[in-house]
This record gives sequence, structure tokens and C-alpha cells, in this order.
Amino acid sequence: MSKKTKSSLDGQSRGYKIFVIIVLALLAVFFIFPLYWILTGSLKDAITINAQKPQWFPLNPTLDNYVRLFKQPAIQWLLNTIIIAVAAMALTCITAALAGYALAKKRFFGQTVLFSLLVCAMALPKQVIVIPLLQEMSALGLNNNLLAVILPTVGWPFGIFLMKQFSETIPTEMLEAARIDGASEVRTFVSIVFPMVKPGVGALAIFTFVNTWNDYFLQLIMLQKREVLTISTGIARLQGEVSSDFGLIMAGAALAAVPIVAVFLMFQKYFTQGITMGAVKG
Amino acid sequence: MAQISAKAPQANASQGHHTSRVLARRETISAYLFMLPSLLFFVGFVLVPMGMCLVYSFLDMGIDTSAATFAGFANYIEMFQDETFIRSLWNTVLIVVVSVPVVTAFSLWVGSAIYPMHSKMRSFFRCVFYLPVVTGSVAVTVVWKWMFNPYNGLLNQIFGTVGFDWLGDTRTAIWCIIMILFTTSIGQPIVLYVAALGNVDRSLEEAAAIDGATRLQIFWKIKWPQIMPTTLYVLVITTINSFQCFALIQLLTRGGPLGSTSTLMYYIFDMAYNYQRFGYANAMGVVLAIFIAIFSAIQFKVAQTDNG
Repeated sequence: MSKKTKSSLDGQSRGYKIFVIIVLALLAVFFIFPLYWILTGSLKDAITINAQKPQWFPLNPTLDNYVRLFKQPAIQWLLNTIIIAVAAMALTCITAALAGYALAKKRFFGQTVLFSLLVCAMALPKQVIVIPLLQEMSALGLNNNLLAVILPTVGWPFGIFLMKQFSETIPTEMLEAARIDGASEVRTFVSIVFPMVKPGVGALAIFTFVNTWNDYFLQLIMLQKREVLTISTGIARLQGEVSSDFGLIMAGAALAAVPIVAVFLMFQKYFTQGITMGAVKG
Repeated sequence: MAQISAKAPQANASQGHHTSRVLARRETISAYLFMLPSLLFFVGFVLVPMGMCLVYSFLDMGIDTSAATFAGFANYIEMFQDETFIRSLWNTVLIVVVSVPVVTAFSLWVGSAIYPMHSKMRSFFRCVFYLPVVTGSVAVTVVWKWMFNPYNGLLNQIFGTVGFDWLGDTRTAIWCIIMILFTTSIGQPIVLYVAALGNVDRSLEEAAAIDGATRLQIFWKIKWPQIMPTTLYVLVITTINSFQCFALIQLLTRGGPLGSTSTLMYYIFDMAYNYQRFGYANAMGVVLAIFIAIFSAIQFKVAQTDNG
């Protein structure tokens, strides 16, 4: 019976099902292709790249593009990106876990106002505040300093919001019991709250890492000197300088994309959890 | 006696009130201590620049901030007499008006197509559609720039139109941008829709199916209202992202040809970064924020009336 119901529910006509599969497969090719073209392009020599006929697969692959890429400070760019992403991730997770718990589990003066302020700020265009931020950072003497990218990333309230959602699942009775047992606030947080919101912290960590890695606009505005560039801004700079050297640029794009795609694939489960839990309901 | 007994509970009550106030105060202090690190970052690097943006929008300010003078509404007035600004505004609105409905409808379709699948297949497709987002706007853009190249680009090789400059033609440039923006925009909505559809009450669906409702009826009458909050969220985030379209423009066309792909965000960047007109750039930032607020408000309104 239940099987019958299910089949009548999912009972699209056979033709429609085949149509869906074909369309999705074609789209999958279309969505994977740019990455494929970056990777294969990075292995082609200049003659193959500029040939009138596309070579779908690099028949005589060469690492020459990578050799030339590493003559640029590409390793330094990669390192800068990793420093920015890891620092922003760690700071965001710590501060947001603390704040999210307070917002979810404590009743305090100014709570509603503060929460509305955070939600409103999130609805505003993030990039707009980057221009005044540049002036703020200059005033703080943080020009061409990686901190100029890290600090504003930590300030963005998405993490607080996400951790509030996760903290709401903590049973209040457990917190009450800890208080009756005389546990201090810090102890309660470390031994009860944090273990319970760990999946949330994981989701926030991977989400912040990937988004910070790819936050091109902020990096572009804050970092100009060649040695403090990130991998994204470095590749963009290269493209401005040698716009027709597609082999070199594809090698750079591969260096920017492969690590972050690998991280994403490894922690995909947490990542999707972060996206779904962070959605404002209603 | 009567007096005493009347007093006693009163004293008790006031003492209780007192302790609860002390507790409330302690709770408030501890809550703010927990939030202090976050709030420092939030106030320092979100609220302060927001305030600066607003204040600076009324100043005539160049690279030397100490030489700034009060300009009143001059920046705002100049904006609406500035042809490039108007042009950028229209381009931005075009991008938003095309991409928001297409992204939402398309991701809903993909979401409904993949959520009944086996979990392995579902995560495969979810990953695939998220791939351009993770790859990063710069990597995605440079490879598209190569594919659009008039001489060695893949598109011209496939279509046999070698020499055609997709990004250099005022008729095609903005559509190329919209297409790439589309590939980097649907990942998140699909994840959200798959999750939302998974939460739809299955028993209602089954009851409707037994009563002989068609698939289309089940979708519109049962699923659609239940996933409405997700749709609203998708509309709003897609609107915000489309309004802020920048990296694609800067790396592919620099607003050209003839301003046909300049967006508000690109023009703001151009004014601040290349012309050092910070007052003017910030005023445009304020206007961009207002536009996003208006579009989001309209969507909330429409979605609410739609929902009954």
C-alpha cells in the first residue's frame, strides 16, 4: 500500500523522468566544464592554447605554466590567502559561538533591539561598507595588512545568527541543572554549551573558510602591494598584466580553485548544514 | 494582627522582586560579556563604516580626507545628472530583474528534481551546482574570459564565429555577464530548496494523492505554501547578490563597451578606487542600499499577498 502511494506520488511519467535526467546531466557538464577547462588549460602549451581548433584533452601536457607561475610570488599569495581564511575562521567561530549562545539562551536588556540590528545589518549590501572601511583601515595604519581583510570578515553578523540557531537546540533544563550545581558561566559554556553546538561551529568554520577565501572585493580594496596579495587578487593582477597568456592565468586559476574545492568536497555535509541553518525563516 | 499579616507578604514580594532584579541584571551583564568580542568586531567594522558611509555621502572628499568640505545633498543631486550613473543603475536593474526570477525558478526546478533522488545522487548534483561558487569568482571569470575570447575562445570555435567579440559587443556583453552570474548564483538556492522540500509534511502530500490530486496540484496547493519562507529568503539573497555584481564586470569588461555593462557596484568602485571621489562613491553606496531595501520590501509584500 505504502509502496503504491509512493509510486503514485513520485509517479511522473517515464518520459518526464528521462527528460529530467538528460537535462540535469547536460547541466552538470555545463557546470563542471569551467573547472575542467581551467585544469586542462593549465597543462597546455602556448601553441595548443592559441590553436584555432580546441583540444578537448591536453595530449602533450606540460608543467611549464606552473613553473612560470611559481616565478611570481604565487606561493606567497597562497600563503596569505590561507592565513586570512584560517584567522577569520577561528575568530569568527569563537566570537560567534559565545554571542549566539547568549542571544539564544539568555534574557537580557536590549535583546530585541540588538537582534534586529544584527538582522538588518545582514540585509545590507556587504560591499558598500568596504569603501569607508578602506578609510577606517588607513586611519588604523592597516594599509596592505592582512588584518584589514580579517577584521571586517569577523565583524559580519552571519556567524552570530547561525550560532544562535544552533544554540536554541540546547535544552534549557541542562543549563538550569548546571547553575544549580554551582557551575560558573564559563564552565557551563565550555563543558555543556560548546560540545552541543559543535556541529554548528563546524558548519560555520567551513562556511567562513570558503567565503573568506573567495571574498575578492574586500581583498582587492584592502591589499595592493604585490607581496600581500591573495591568490584571487594575484590572479586578477596577472590577468591585467599579461592578459593573453592564458596558460599562466589558467595555472593561477587552478592554484586558486583546487585547494578550496578540495576543502569543500571534504566537508560538504557541514557546509550545506551551514547554508540551511543560516536561512532566515519567515 | 491583620496589619502584620498584610505587611509580611508585601515585604516578601518586594524582596523577591529585588532578587529577581538582581538576577536579571546579572543575566544581562553575563550576556553582554559573552557578546562582547562579537560586538567589538560588529560595531568596529560594520556599524562604524556604515555610519561613515552615511556621513561621507554628504561631504566633498578626495584622497586627502582632512580637506573634506560639507557638500549637503550635492553628491546625491550630481548622481541623477550623471549619465554613467543612470546607465549603471539601469544595467543593475536589468541584471536583477532578469536574474532573480530565473535563478529562483530554476533552482526550485532543480531542487524538486533532485530531492526525491537517492541521497548519493542528490549530493552529487548539489555539489555540481555549487561548484562555480566554491571555485571562486576570479577563477570562474578568467576561464570564461578565455572561452569568450574572439580568436582562441572555445565559444567561437564551437559556433564557427571566430573573430566575434562577445564581451566587446554592446548587444551581447551584458547577457554574457548575466549568464555567468547565473552559474554562480544557483548553488545556494538549490541547497536551500532541497532542505525545504525535505521538510514538507509528507502525510498531507499522501492524503492529497489518495484523494486524486495531480502532481501539479500537490505542488501548488501543498508544497508551494510550505516552502514560501525559503522562496522569500532565496529572493532576498539573490537580489542582494545581483545588486552587488562586481567581480565579473571588473574582470571581464570594466563596464564597457560604452558603459553597457557598468553596474552600480562597479561604478562605486571606479569612483572610489580610480578617481578617489570618496564622498560621491559613498553617496552612491547609500543609494544602492536604499534600492536593495526597496526591492526586498516589495518581495516581502508580494510574497505575503501571494501566501493568502
